[in-house]
Amino acid sequence: MKKEKKMTLTLPVEELVGSGNLACQGCGANLALRYVLKALGQRTVLCIPACCWAVIDGAFPHSCMSVPIYHCAFETAASTATGVKAGLEMVGDLETTVVAWAGDGGTFDIGLQALSGAAERNDDIIYVCYDNEAYMNTGIQRSSATPTGAWTTTTPVKFPKDRPKKDIDAIMAAHRIPYLATASISYPEDVVKKTKKAKSIKGTRFIHIYAPCPTGWKSRPEDAVKLGRMVVQNCVFPLYEVEHGEKYTLNMKIKDKKPIDDYLKLQGRFRHLKPEQIKLMQEEVDHNWARLLKKCESA
Amino acid sequence: MKPKKEIKKIVFQSAEDMPTMPMSIGNMLWNKTGSWRNIRPEIRLEDCIQCGICWKFCPDMSIEIEAEWPVVNYDYCKGCGICAEECPAKCIVMVEERK
Repeated sequence: MKKEKKMTLTLPVEELVGSGNLACQGCGANLALRYVLKALGQRTVLCIPACCWAVIDGAFPHSCMSVPIYHCAFETAASTATGVKAGLEMVGDLETTVVAWAGDGGTFDIGLQALSGAAERNDDIIYVCYDNEAYMNTGIQRSSATPTGAWTTTTPVKFPKDRPKKDIDAIMAAHRIPYLATASISYPEDVVKKTKKAKSIKGTRFIHIYAPCPTGWKSRPEDAVKLGRMVVQNCVFPLYEVEHGEKYTLNMKIKDKKPIDDYLKLQGRFRHLKPEQIKLMQEEVDHNWARLLKKCESA
Repeated sequence: MKPKKEIKKIVFQSAEDMPTMPMSIGNMLWNKTGSWRNIRPEIRLEDCIQCGICWKFCPDMSIEIEAEWPVVNYDYCKGCGICAEECPAKCIVMVEERK
């Protein structure tokens, strides 16, 4: 060891997610919760419906977390969080942050009704959706977050998914909630910054985190962070914030947009795609990106 | 750096031992996930530029910063290889696990 250098860590040091958890190798969801809890700190309550994190946490009477968790039913993440918040207010605790932590199935499909209700009432909760684009916990079934053409066990190569991914951010923006953000695990400082901003705002806040899943995407575990970076740089999953459903802010201005081919090549779930299908996907990505740019300019 | 937690697996001998409320009373540190891996990361500290990126991207919290240098906790490292892939100085190599 030669040089004496001071290490500068760009994230809070406190670890609230413990080792020994049951996540797969290279799990993106694990990183997502680690960053969010680094930003929120110890005074947090998590409400977790059935999702990967309901398993990763560990079996009774053990838990890898240093914060309280409430395991709730699949469709009730947002309403449970509302109830927990109301209960804390009743006993006079106004400081604790209540977080509903759901996967994409519990947000896009099953929990959408409860989430919509909470957003309409503007309950004081943070709803975080970590998006791994299928029901990974139960064995890679298609969800409405699955992108077009992706392989899952319920959309095999012969019968591919022909509909695009549901635009949950537009749905939530249409609820006129005070704060909405998209984030990717490959930009941890951005995740921490957005979570801290969400913590300082009152009302329903929605954070959509892109969390690569090596098991379900049939990619190499070491590529998890690389995929999270690629997806932002080729504008499949742009990073932006929306305040009160109107003020769009683009966090990452992409100057030279990369083609999606490299991103698709790293994942086994897109291996069967033909060049013309990739061209169609590229057109869809370009279309969505142009639409987002228009929204950001008009805001 | 952080306070050490007790490593203990809780096993209830009878129904009377169970807590009245179903709540977690122990941590998962007894579950040594290091046995999952077949390749292990090794840090060549002479090339390390102390950027902290390996610590930042470790999904299993198994890279710890001790006295300004990264140290791998092999008890919990699952061997995913993100640290070796993301290291800007390429000072982490994945080697075959010794049995």
